[in-house]
Amino acid sequence: MTIVKEGDTIRRTDICLRCPQGCQVETILGENDEILSISGNRCKLGKEYVEQEIRDPRRVLPTSVAVRGGVRPLVPVWTPEPMPKDLIMDLARETRSIEVEAPVHVGDVIIDDWRGLGIQLVASGEVAKVE
Amino acid sequence: MAFNTDYDVIVIGGGPAGLAAAIEAYRATQGRVLVIERNDSLGGILPQCIHNGFGAINFGSDLPGPEYAYRYETELRALPIDILLDTMVVDLSADREIYAMNSTDGYLRFRPKAVVLAMGCRERTRAQIRLPGTRAAGIYTAGTVQRLVNIEGYMPGNEIVILGSGDIGMIMARRLTIEGARVSRVLELLPFLTGLRRNYVQCLEDYGIPLELITTVNRIFGEKRVEGIETIRVNENLEHIPGTERQIACDTLVLSVGLISENELSRNAGVEIDPHTNGPFVDESMATNVPGIFAAGNVTAIYDLVDYVRKAGAIAGRSAAEYARTTGATTTASGTDRGGSRSIRITAGENVGSVIPQRLDLSSIDGRETYISLRPRTLIEQMVKVEFDAGDESVFSFREQYARPAEMIIHKLRAKDIQKLHAGDADELVVNIV
Amino acid sequence: MKHDSYDVVVIGAGIVGSMVARELSKYRLSVAVLDKESDVGMGQSTSNSAIIHSGHDPQPGTDKARFNVRGNQLWFEIARDLEIPIERTGAMIVAVEDDDPAGLEELAERGRTNGVPVEILSREAALEKEPMLTPETVGALWTPTAGIVDPFQGVVGAAENAAENGVEFILNTEVTGAIIEAGHLVALETSVGRIATRVCINAAGVHSDEIMHMFGVRPEFEITARRGEYFVFDQAAMRIGTVLFPMPSEKGKGILVTHTTHGNTMVGPNSDYISDKEDHSTTEKGMHEILDGAQRLVPAVSARSVIATFAGLRATGNYKPVPDHGRDFLIERSAEVEGLINLAGVESPGYVAAPAIAERAVELLRETGLDLEKKKDWKPTRTAIPRFHHLSHEERDVLIREDPAYGRIVCRCEEVTEGEILRAIRSPIPATTYDAIKRRTWLGTGRCQGSFDYPRTMEILARELGLSMTEITKKGPGSVFLYRRTKEEVL
Repeated sequence: MTIVKEGDTIRRTDICLRCPQGCQVETILGENDEILSISGNRCKLGKEYVEQEIRDPRRVLPTSVAVRGGVRPLVPVWTPEPMPKDLIMDLARETRSIEVEAPVHVGDVIIDDWRGLGIQLVASGEVAKVE
Repeated sequence: MAFNTDYDVIVIGGGPAGLAAAIEAYRATQGRVLVIERNDSLGGILPQCIHNGFGAINFGSDLPGPEYAYRYETELRALPIDILLDTMVVDLSADREIYAMNSTDGYLRFRPKAVVLAMGCRERTRAQIRLPGTRAAGIYTAGTVQRLVNIEGYMPGNEIVILGSGDIGMIMARRLTIEGARVSRVLELLPFLTGLRRNYVQCLEDYGIPLELITTVNRIFGEKRVEGIETIRVNENLEHIPGTERQIACDTLVLSVGLISENELSRNAGVEIDPHTNGPFVDESMATNVPGIFAAGNVTAIYDLVDYVRKAGAIAGRSAAEYARTTGATTTASGTDRGGSRSIRITAGENVGSVIPQRLDLSSIDGRETYISLRPRTLIEQMVKVEFDAGDESVFSFREQYARPAEMIIHKLRAKDIQKLHAGDADELVVNIV
Repeated sequence: MKHDSYDVVVIGAGIVGSMVARELSKYRLSVAVLDKESDVGMGQSTSNSAIIHSGHDPQPGTDKARFNVRGNQLWFEIARDLEIPIERTGAMIVAVEDDDPAGLEELAERGRTNGVPVEILSREAALEKEPMLTPETVGALWTPTAGIVDPFQGVVGAAENAAENGVEFILNTEVTGAIIEAGHLVALETSVGRIATRVCINAAGVHSDEIMHMFGVRPEFEITARRGEYFVFDQAAMRIGTVLFPMPSEKGKGILVTHTTHGNTMVGPNSDYISDKEDHSTTEKGMHEILDGAQRLVPAVSARSVIATFAGLRATGNYKPVPDHGRDFLIERSAEVEGLINLAGVESPGYVAAPAIAERAVELLRETGLDLEKKKDWKPTRTAIPRFHHLSHEERDVLIREDPAYGRIVCRCEEVTEGEILRAIRSPIPATTYDAIKRRTWLGTGRCQGSFDYPRTMEILARELGLSMTEITKKGPGSVFLYRRTKEEVL
C-alpha cells in the first residue's frame, strides 16, 4: 500500500486481496479522508476491499494449534472471518499456548469470540484420536 | 508373480489432480478405480498448505488447503473407489504394468486398463541453482520447511532468510513469523515478484518483511550449521554485480526457487516429455503418447490454482475411464490416427513459456470443455492479446488484462475458436502473447 | 571407550586408517581407531574422485607410485570380500589440440616403468571408446587397470570389518597431546581422557602434520589443505560410461569426467590452496573452473543438469625426499619418537594406495618389535546393506517379506528404504547422523537432495537413538536440523 499526497488530496494505492488477480486499486481521498474516487478494480469486490481497508483493515489468520492425544501433533486452524489486522500477532501468540484434545474435526470452534470481538478460531483439518 | 488386472483405472498420486481423476473416472463408467498414494493420507500437498485461498475460481470458496482436501476426500470416500496409502509406485511400463510397494502388502503388481499420472512435482534444490558455500545444516527448500512446521511440528531455525518470491516462499515467510521466528528478508533474483501480488501484501507487507528484488544469495557460511549468507545484486542479464555483496547473519536459508514436475515414472514408461514443461506431452483429453496413460496436474506443468488442477484431473479421469471401457478400439490416445481426423500441435511462441495441452484432436473437441493453459514468460502489466497463429495468420485470439509469469492463463475454447480450427488446415498453432 | 590402554592406536578413521585397522585386526592385538568426527570417513576419503588409479601417473621410484600400483592390485579382491561396489572401467588420459603431443608418450613411458599396462590410442580409437569426447581430441593413453569405487562404502566396509574383528572405533574424540618418556610413546592425551599405548599410527589426513608436532617431531613438515570441487549430474540428463582425464599438469591429474558406481556423471576437481582446514565450501570460481575443464573433454557437460556439488580437502604435504620428484607420501617409523608411525601427506593417489599403505604399516609395526600373532578366526568378509535400488522385482519381493521395513521407501529418488536406514543405524559402526546414513545408503544423493526424505529420516533416527527430533544432526555436534517445536510453549 502506498500513499502520495497531491495538493489537497491523497492518492492511495492498494493491492486488492479478494481474489488471486490482485488488482491495483487507486483511491483518491479528500481533505477529510473521505473517498472521492476508486479506480483500477476489475470488479466490485475491489471497491468493497478498499473501503474496508481504509476504514478497518482486516485479515485472515491461518495457523495451527497443538493437539493432545492425536495421531498428529498439530491441527490447522483459521479465522474464517477476517479479524483486525493490528491484532493478528496477538492472536498468533496466544495460539502458541493452546492445546486441544483429539479428535478434532473440520469446523470445530477452538476459540469462540476472542477478546469479545466476535472473532472465531476454527479448525480447518481433521486429527483423529490415537487408539 | 501375478499381476492384478482388476482395475479399469489406477491413479498414481492422491493429491488434488489424482482425487479429481479418480472421482471422475468412477462417475464416467462406474468401473473399478484405485488411487495409490505414497503418503499416509490423501490430499497431496494440500494438508500442509494450512493457509486459505483454495477454491476461489470455481466455488467462490477461500478455504485452507487441509479443509479443501478434506471435502474432496469425503467426496471420494463416498464412492466405491479403492485407496492404497503409504504405498510407493516404483515402476511403470509402457504396457501399463505398475510396480508398487508398502510394508504391509509387500511388493505389488498391477496391470490396469488405464493409468492416470498425478504425481505432482518436487522442489528445485540448492545444488540445482549451484549456490556456492558450505553444506551446513539449516538449508531447506520451502516445501520441506512447510511440512516440518505444519505437520511434524518443528521450527527449522530462529533467524531466517528466504530466497525466492514465489508463493511458497512468501507463505512461509508469514508462517515462520506467526510461529515466532524472525524472517529478516525475502530475496528475489528477478526484477519482479514471481508469486501472487496479494501474497506480497498479506505475507510480507503486513508482517514488515522486506522484499529485495534483483538480489540473490552468492554464498553460504557456517561449516556445521548455517551462520550467514552473502547476498549480491544482479544486472538486467542476471549477472552478479561485483561490489554489491553484503553479508547477513542468519541460521536458516529457505529456498523457494522453483518447482519441477515429477516425471521419473513417466520416463520409465516411455512417455514423451516436453522440455518446456518438463512434463508429458498431452492432448485435450490429457492422454500422453503412450496408449492408456494419461496425466494431469503438476506432473504435466506447474499450476498456480488448485481449481484448474481439479479440472485437468477430471478430464484425465474421464478419458482414462472411457479408454478402459473401449480399450484397443477407435478412441485412442493422441498421435494415433482416428480415422482421418486432424490433429493440431500447439507450441509456445513469443512471451510464452509453456502450453498445455500440446496437441488437440479435432474430432474430440466438439461438445467438450477444452482448456488451454499457458504460462507467460514475460511480465506485461497491461492488456495483451493471446494469439493462436498458423504461420502469419491468426486463427483465433483472446485478450487478457495482463501477462504475469506468476499466473497461468487459462482459456476455455469457445465455439467460434473450434469452428476456426475446423475451417483451417493448419497442423500447428503457435501461441504468442503480443 | 572400553579400555584405557591399547596395543595400537590409529589416529584417523578415513580410508587409510580403516584399511590399517582391518590389517591390524588380523593379529592378536588390542586396537583402537580415534577420530574427532562423529563418523568414519568424514574427510578426504568421501569427497574425492573415487578413482582406483592405475598407477601410471606418479613418478617412478616414489612411494606414491609403489603403493598406487600395489593398491590397484589389492582393491578388487578386497572390494569383493567387503561387498564394496567397484568397477574395472579402465581410464583414458586424453590429449586435445593444444596439448603437447609428446606428453602421451612420456606418460606411457612412466606407466611402463611403474609396471602398469598402457596403450596409446589414436584419435579415432579414442572417439570410438567414448563418442562424447571433444572433436578436438588428438589421441589418448588407455590404462585398462584403472577403475571406480564407491568411496563411502570403501571406508565403511573396511571399518566395519575391522570392528567386527575386534577393533574399537572411538569417534567424537580429538587427540590433544602425546606423552613421551625416554624417547618412547607411552600414552595419548585426548578429549575423553588419557589412552595408554606404545604404538600410534598417524593417519590423520589433513591434520597429520599437527599430530606429528604434538609428538615434537618434524617441525618442518606441513600440510596445506588443497581444495577440489566437484559436480554430480542427473542420470536422466547425462550418462557416460568411461573415465576421462586431461593431460596432467603441475597442479596434478586435472579435472576429470567420470561416473560414480551409482551411474551418475561426475566432474572435478580443481585445485586451490586454502588456509582453513575445516572449510568445505564450494565457490563460484571453482564451479566455473570445473565446468570449463570438463567441457574441454566432453562438450556436452551442462551445468543445467547438476544435482549435487561438494568440495574435498586434499592433505597436501611438503615432503620432497627427491627434489625433482615433487611431493611424496610420508610413510615412516619416526626416527625421533619410538612407537610413532606416520602415514602422512596422503593425497591422491591415497584412496587406491590405502590397502598397500596398510600393508606397509604392518611391516613398520613389525620393525618396532611388536609381536604379531595372527588370529585363527579372522573374518575377511563383511555383509553390506542390501541396495534396494539395485534389486530385481523378485528380489525386492523376497526382501520385503523377510522384513517389512524394506517395504517403506524413504528416499524416493534413490529408492532407499527404511530397512536400509535401520541397518545403517544398527551397523557395527552405527550411523547416528543424517550424513552418516547418506554415506551408507546413498539416501538424499539424488535429484531432490533430501527434500523428500529429511523429515522421515529424522524421525527414524530420533526413534532408534531415543533422541528428540531437535537433537538429530546433519553431521555431528553443532549441526542440528531443528531448533524447537512449533508449539514449544505447550509441547
